[in-house]
Amino acid sequence: MIDEIRRITDEARAGIAAASTLEELRAVDAAVFGRRSALTVLKRGLGGLGPDERRAAGLALNDAREALETELAARRRVLEAAERRARLEAERLDLTEVEPARRRGSMHLVTQTVERLEDVFVGMGFTVSEGPEVETDFYNFEALNIPASHPARGMWDTLYVELGEPESTVLRTHTSPVQIRVMQAQEPPIHTVMPGRVFRRDTADASHMPVFHQIEGLVVDRDISFADLAGTLEEFTAAYFGGSIHSRLRPSYFPFTEPSAEYDINCLFCEGTGCRTCGGTGWMELGGCGMVHPNVFRAVGYDPEEWRGFAFGFGMDRLALNRHGVDDIRELFTNDVRFLEQF
Amino acid sequence: MKVLLSWLREFAPFEGEPVALGEAMSDLGMAVESLDVIGGGLGGIVVARVLDLRPHPDADKIQLVDVDRGDGEALQICCGAFNMAVGDLVPLATLGTVMPGGMKIERRKLRGQWSNGMLCSMRELEQGDDHAGIWILPSDLEVGAEVRRALGIEPDVLYDLEINPNRPDAMSVAGVARDLAARLRLPFAVPEPVVAEVAPPLGGLARVELVDPDLCGRFLVRVLRDVRVGTSPAWLARRLTLAGMRPINSVVDVSNYVMLELGQPNHTYDLDKVPGGHLRVRWARDGERIVTLDDVERVLGSGDGVIADGDDAAIGIAGVMGGASTEISDDTTAVLLEMAWWQPMAIARTSRRLGLRSEASMRFERGADPEVADLAARRFAQLLADSGAMLAPGVVDERGELPDRAPVRIRTHRVNAYLGTDLDVGTIGGLLTPIGFDVAPAGATGDPVSGDLDVVVPSFRPDTVTETDVIEEIARHFGYGRIGKTVPTSARAGALTDRQRERRVLRQVLLGLGLDEAMPLPLLAPEDLVRAAAPEDPVRLTNPLTAEESVLRTSLRPGLLKALAHNASHRRVGVRLFEIGKVFLAPPEGQQLPDEREYLAAIAGGADAREAVEAWTTVASALGVRDWSLVASEPEGLHPTRSARILVGGVEVGVVGEIDPAVLDAFAVPERAAWLELDLDRLLTAPHGDRRYRRISRYPSSDLDLAFELADSTPAAALRAAIVEAAGELLVGLRLFDVYRGAPLPDGVRSLAFGLRLQAADRTLTDDDVAELRQRVVRDVESALPARLRG
Repeated sequence: MIDEIRRITDEARAGIAAASTLEELRAVDAAVFGRRSALTVLKRGLGGLGPDERRAAGLALNDAREALETELAARRRVLEAAERRARLEAERLDLTEVEPARRRGSMHLVTQTVERLEDVFVGMGFTVSEGPEVETDFYNFEALNIPASHPARGMWDTLYVELGEPESTVLRTHTSPVQIRVMQAQEPPIHTVMPGRVFRRDTADASHMPVFHQIEGLVVDRDISFADLAGTLEEFTAAYFGGSIHSRLRPSYFPFTEPSAEYDINCLFCEGTGCRTCGGTGWMELGGCGMVHPNVFRAVGYDPEEWRGFAFGFGMDRLALNRHGVDDIRELFTNDVRFLEQF
Repeated sequence: MKVLLSWLREFAPFEGEPVALGEAMSDLGMAVESLDVIGGGLGGIVVARVLDLRPHPDADKIQLVDVDRGDGEALQICCGAFNMAVGDLVPLATLGTVMPGGMKIERRKLRGQWSNGMLCSMRELEQGDDHAGIWILPSDLEVGAEVRRALGIEPDVLYDLEINPNRPDAMSVAGVARDLAARLRLPFAVPEPVVAEVAPPLGGLARVELVDPDLCGRFLVRVLRDVRVGTSPAWLARRLTLAGMRPINSVVDVSNYVMLELGQPNHTYDLDKVPGGHLRVRWARDGERIVTLDDVERVLGSGDGVIADGDDAAIGIAGVMGGASTEISDDTTAVLLEMAWWQPMAIARTSRRLGLRSEASMRFERGADPEVADLAARRFAQLLADSGAMLAPGVVDERGELPDRAPVRIRTHRVNAYLGTDLDVGTIGGLLTPIGFDVAPAGATGDPVSGDLDVVVPSFRPDTVTETDVIEEIARHFGYGRIGKTVPTSARAGALTDRQRERRVLRQVLLGLGLDEAMPLPLLAPEDLVRAAAPEDPVRLTNPLTAEESVLRTSLRPGLLKALAHNASHRRVGVRLFEIGKVFLAPPEGQQLPDEREYLAAIAGGADAREAVEAWTTVASALGVRDWSLVASEPEGLHPTRSARILVGGVEVGVVGEIDPAVLDAFAVPERAAWLELDLDRLLTAPHGDRRYRRISRYPSSDLDLAFELADSTPAAALRAAIVEAAGELLVGLRLFDVYRGAPLPDGVRSLAFGLRLQAADRTLTDDDVAELRQRVVRDVESALPARLRG
């Protein structure tokens, strides 16, 4: 009987090994362990043997059974893996075939600059204020210590609109009128920046547009000094342009500040060593600033003996252009998708 | 303001590197725009006399010039300029000369004719900006001499300074020198003009009536006799040229020279043309006429000042331009010299009104120095004395109203609080005194205030009136760079407002939908609004640069359509753009400023209205706008059968759909365009963003599909609303999953299939629950709408 078991086992092994699909393996399984299989028939025949022989044959039969089950399971695993592989192979995708239906849109360079600047100033404790783009003479000039006959009016090439008395309504020439509106609306302390669109009667060329963008800052409190202005601008400069860029102030004139200053930063191209862009000076002019003029405080009903403040402002379009090496400001406003999609 | 270092040195002993001097000027607020070292390269340039001028036989843009270079021989030169005449003296670059630009002069043929050198313009020799022709030299030079020696040209440095409007004192060489000397701690002095006076005295020669003292603060007159009008000495002409003024004749040149040097504009009359030397200074009469130096007749008004003669006829416009009738001519022998101080406002008004801006009016406008008149007159006489002119003894000096120069109280503690410095009284005084401020301890004459100062501002600093003005001067001369850098210490929280944050959300949503952010100009042509069928009656510019930018936009539509058309013209179709910006509508009743509203608009070329609606639903969900609806509508400029108004809580916040094909044609946009437009002032003030938690049911949900047939005239929104209404609170999800048109449905009817997801918060729904709800929904919908359950 032992021989018979061995023969059957060998035969079953060959069957398991030969099964090439799970289907075939199931048939082998039935043939080896089914009710009418040779092993089952042998097992039934155990009863007809003597005790010793029955024990030996029983053990052999069990061993054979276990061995075959193990092999069957192993073979099943192999065939299952192969079938899964085949099934997934049929699903293969070439991911480099994919052409995006649509790219994400690009934020306008000016907006990117505005948001970046706002984020830096918000981090420094400033709020962001806004105001109208069409302004009265009072907000754009008068309250900023630029009365009608002031020679400094010539500093701005103003665009007027046909509202109210002649020349009483302007397209704001700077964001400074927002200062006046902020101060009228609240008591100090004030720490705010005012980004926005401004207008000048300028013919468009590579560096001028009749419409462009400025950001302005205003700080008013009891104990504000010119040194605070210098320090705030230095801190902003480092935060926005990076720690290797420093700022300096040079005397200048604006009707709404006194003392007034030009705000220079290290040349962004050479970082201060001197190059063609900065004419070898290592500096580039960014904007204007100064201590809020007492007449401006008077125009909004603040007592200049009680409050002091500083203001600063600069153009944003050039910052946007510099960051990306764009050499013509008109590109910003052509809305050519070949330009927009680059950023 | 252009200043020469050699000229500055006449007032203070400046030394050292020109660049370092320039930096000191910049640091004082006189920004150096350019610095040029000049006069270094004139070797080989000699004075030559033009002997003959002949046309070139084979070229019409050059001529043949014979010159004498001092040896009496005729030397042929080919020259491209035609401004010289026979007998003129001109600079000749001889053979072998290396020009300032590096070019070497060699004998060569031009179109077959020999050229034995080069005649030079002023700019070619770096002696000025003039490049209109050959530099015609003063006629008294020695032929053959080196130009450098003949003109007394020393190497020099020319600074071009940007002078701020509050610094009239720095619009003169002496003023720049004073400021710079103070910074460099050098002694500064204006030399006293040495000038002989020769009888007869002025007494009988000139007379001044200062009629209107509110026009003229000072009117000083002197007389020069034996004047011979000729050409100026070379050194003077050269300085004027380098300063940017063209030499004219000896009298005019001295007039300009004195103005540049001392900042005192002045005027000269031919004394023989002013009867009795009699001048009347007064406001003009309305409609009064005068022919000015430029031979233009000008009509004056009562806001202009004039100088009239004894018959009260205007012979000059105060501070702006003289009259033709008394102009200095080549025959003039006696000069009536005027040194005046005019009301800055009056000069500003007149020069602006007449469009006449001159070096003189610019100085008067900003405020000249009323106390320099006498010195300036003597300096004038000194400069003209070389040509034989004699100064008559005596002065007529009338004074009108001048600015008050009361002492300004300077509080030391305020100076330091203002600047963030720690300066003591002595330091402050030490900064102010060298620039002409008179500093004394405060209250010295009565009640002394310890530590403060009373400062008398010099007459040449009319800009400096208040304590703050003086603080600026202290800061300027202390040096802005020496003031510390501190940060305000008060605690504060920076933040964006809700509006500002939501604007950023909107941008990100639209960027995510694949739209690029555009930024069209808010200035349009009126025609753009018509083409876009946007609201007309826009706010108009009074002084537009071009008609294309002459009105403010009333809608974002024209700008985005132009952008789409621009891109299409460059073969970019399917462009998707959005903009967030202001539109400007007519001012509300009784207000001056327009109704400025912030809008968002999005356009997608090649897309239809469905995409616009999807964009809106994405925007709405990003903002948490829930109670919204679309109402089919025909807004101006939009596609009449593919557009809807957007209502939030019953309030219209915008429109969605497609651009009217006629509008697309008008802008030459070659494809359909989806459109979304939102009034952010309305949308962001409508209820939104309230996202209260609704408990998620733990019980299983059931699905129910229902299809209704309804006419095209009934919007799907109505069916949706009816289902929601009927299903009640068990409805947790509703989705339109199929729209069917065609047999067996009749034309004009479609079937809309909705999937309903039902769920109760407190139990598992039974089959009976679902059946009952189905029955109720069918019944209610069919009774509310002309709709029928699809069988």
